[in-house]
Amino acid sequence: MAEAKDGCVKPSKGVIVPEMEVVADQPQMKKEVPKMLARVGKPAPDFELSAFFEGGFKNFRLSDYKGKWIVICFYPGDFTFV
Amino acid sequence: MSAVAVKYPELQKLGVELLAISTDSRFSHKIWQEEELSKMVEGGVPFPLLSDAGGRVGSVYGVYDDDAGVDIRGRFLIDPDFNIRAMEVMTPEVGRNVAELIRQVKAFQHVVSTGEVTPAGWVPGKPTLTPGPDLAGKVWKVWKVDNAF
Repeated sequence: MAEAKDGCVKPSKGVIVPEMEVVADQPQMKKEVPKMLARVGKPAPDFELSAFFEGGFKNFRLSDYKGKWIVICFYPGDFTFV
Repeated sequence: MSAVAVKYPELQKLGVELLAISTDSRFSHKIWQEEELSKMVEGGVPFPLLSDAGGRVGSVYGVYDDDAGVDIRGRFLIDPDFNIRAMEVMTPEVGRNVAELIRQVKAFQHVVSTGEVTPAGWVPGKPTLTPGPDLAGKVWKVWKVDNAF
């Protein structure tokens, strides 16, 4: 398999929701506004995002780490000082 | 983030994978890593910096601030079964306490491997409790409030 690092155009999937049941007779919304799903004691919402790591760009999917302890740290922005 | 980076070896020893996420682009992450973080921590931060454009993932995790357009400070601990064990969300002014994160990782790992529970303020070496009918109403016999500090 070739090096997984991509250049600058490979899109990431973003939030990955388990297959939703299709309700008949209802117009399919392409993208719903995401609601908060994270709850302690409940499965972590999966996602795939592009990242900068070890000098290159690469997509990371949370569920690739299944079976390990994982810590996710959200932070307000690069170059902020806290 | 640099504080987390310094303690990263300890987290690694505990088998923890770390992902940092902000709404910045990966290009911004690259410049931040190269221009600033690498000067605060040797080699820069050793974990991936993920780009949550538009805060889509932050919204699902309840940390996306619509008004500011950023993911506020939030930390989530996920166990090997992919369940969230702990979360901490703060407004941006106050930074996180990495020591508390490490304590929680140790406590949850202890709980998962032993079936015991860890009372308030538990750190490794302090007494744990084994829940069961016999313990009801008798915690005072085996655990003192001083143990919490």
